Amino acid sequence: MTTTQTRPTGTAGAGGGGAARTRRGWSRDAVENGVVRVLRPLVVAVLLFASVFPFVYMILLSVKPLDALLRDPGSLWVPLDQVNLDTYANVLRSVEDGGQGFLVFIGNSLLVALGTVALSMLVAIPGAYAVSRLEFFGRRRISALFLAVYFFPAILLAVPLFVFFTRIGLRGSLVGLLVVYVAQVAAVTIYMLRNYFDTIPVSLEEAAAIDGATRLQVMRKIALPLAMPAIVSNGLFVFMIAWNEFLFALLFLVERRDRWTVSLGLSQLAGSIEVPTTVLMAGSVILTLPIIVLFFASERLLTGGLTAGAEKG
Amino acid sequence: VSQLAGATVAAGGGPGPRPPSRRRSARSREESRTGLLLISPTVVIVVAVVVLPVLWTISLAFQQVRLLNLRTTGIIGEYSLENFTDVLTSSGFLQSLVTTFVYSVLGTTGAIVVGLVAALALRHPFRGRGLVRAALLLPYVAPVVAATFVWTTMLSPQFGIVNYWGVELLGWDEPVAFLSSRSDDVTILGLTFSVPTALLTVIAFEAWRSFPFAFLFLTARLQAVPDTYEEAARVDGATPTQRMRYIILPQLLPTIAVLAVLRFIWTFNNFDDIYLLTGGGAGTEVVSVRVFDYLTARGDIGAAAAQALVLAAILAVAVSLYLRLFGRSEDVA
Repeated sequence: MTTTQTRPTGTAGAGGGGAARTRRGWSRDAVENGVVRVLRPLVVAVLLFASVFPFVYMILLSVKPLDALLRDPGSLWVPLDQVNLDTYANVLRSVEDGGQGFLVFIGNSLLVALGTVALSMLVAIPGAYAVSRLEFFGRRRISALFLAVYFFPAILLAVPLFVFFTRIGLRGSLVGLLVVYVAQVAAVTIYMLRNYFDTIPVSLEEAAAIDGATRLQVMRKIALPLAMPAIVSNGLFVFMIAWNEFLFALLFLVERRDRWTVSLGLSQLAGSIEVPTTVLMAGSVILTLPIIVLFFASERLLTGGLTAGAEKG
Repeated sequence: VSQLAGATVAAGGGPGPRPPSRRRSARSREESRTGLLLISPTVVIVVAVVVLPVLWTISLAFQQVRLLNLRTTGIIGEYSLENFTDVLTSSGFLQSLVTTFVYSVLGTTGAIVVGLVAALALRHPFRGRGLVRAALLLPYVAPVVAATFVWTTMLSPQFGIVNYWGVELLGWDEPVAFLSSRSDDVTILGLTFSVPTALLTVIAFEAWRSFPFAFLFLTARLQAVPDTYEEAARVDGATPTQRMRYIILPQLLPTIAVLAVLRFIWTFNNFDDIYLLTGGGAGTEVVSVRVFDYLTARGDIGAAAAQALVLAAILAVAVSLYLRLFGRSEDVA
């Protein structure tokens, strides 16, 4: 590779991790290595700041007295004696008690998210097992269909579902929303679980089958326990998707305040001028915290799942 | 997405050309039956909640349906091309299509570039790297509503911290209305440019929010590059930029190509971010936000359906063109 020639600083001088100056001054290699050495920590610091600061700011504003924010918007510190947790009480209290009713929203979000996890696992585990293990008519096409669903413009789906739910009067129903979520995540769930089933040796199941176990027994007693790590990480992933979802919640639930999810509630109240920003920041923390806790608790599992498809190129 | 149309048709369709590869023994019949049984609940849900509704959208797009006359509209309605001619000849739609493209291309590019920089910067182990890695994923996992709300607050011209420090430290003349100003004049080195402020802000948000996705993929790929390549290049005297250009980048290129497709599709379809940040105002109206407005505010279902279909069709064409030019479509999975 002739292109990798450095300027004529001699053959030996450039090697060895950019150690240093050669006799003829700084070589290109030494300069670049120096720049990289300085730049790397700088870049890491900037990226870290950009990723974390908004969330630190969120927590900060949630405990800041409103007048302090308006008086001095630039300050990044709240004296400990001024820490104001009333915002959390306010945002959680029901509307009748002068709050924002987030406790109800949390209940709705939990119901929808946990329901989505339960139902999608119930249908996707057998589905993924079938796609991974069994040869049946239309297997490939079904996989393609699920993949296609994953890339579908949500807004294209929003039109008919909105119309349909309006027509049958199911708008405002959490169950309707839940079914839509299941259909949305079924694709990625089956895809991820199938990848995991594919890594489990078939020989275990064959041994059980020879011992006289039926297909369903094999599935329940052998494959299911072995796939537990993938199922757990997948369940968390689905929970996060359902908890974070916004568009369909907006379309279906916006007219019924008692059915709002946390995401929807925050977005709706953010538009009004009556609710102080600090109170809404408390709402943001409440919305974000469960996700971040779940994420850090399961980070290893999740990043493994998220990049499962990365190695194909 | 080029397979989209094919897949939806095939799902409801008749017998395919696949010949049975082995003899139809009792066991394989049993296997086939069990397989279909196990997969059918998912198929039923997907067909009922995705495939049929999409087919219905196609039907709606050719009818004059409004939210008000919805109850009287049947499956057999009066079909016409009026929605499409209205949509395609309106300047608003074409403008939003251009905005969608600019937003998707720049947002995708930004996310991949930042993700690549992050992956390279965190490539070599250092103290606390695991924690930094996890922290960099925060923008991606955080709920979009919370993220947009924090950004909106930070960028607020009244009490936003960005404007405060911009005016105090960077000497801005006045606070910048990042999310509500269509364009601002920026003077750099004596030259004055007009920049689309709000559009650039939502693009920056998109890059911020999805760079972790690119970062994850590229980190995984980087770990698979054997050290020996770089070692050999180093011994031959290649400088860091040369190793980057001739060793690492070629290794990452296929992953970057896949990322570009995925991010482009998702950004092109993105509704949440722009709706929550600007509501589609100040020159940021992308097609999906426009469809939403037609659907809910105007109650013009026919026009909404037509625009959503045009959006999906253009996406399908763009992605299949890209795949034809740059790669094998199977790898997208």
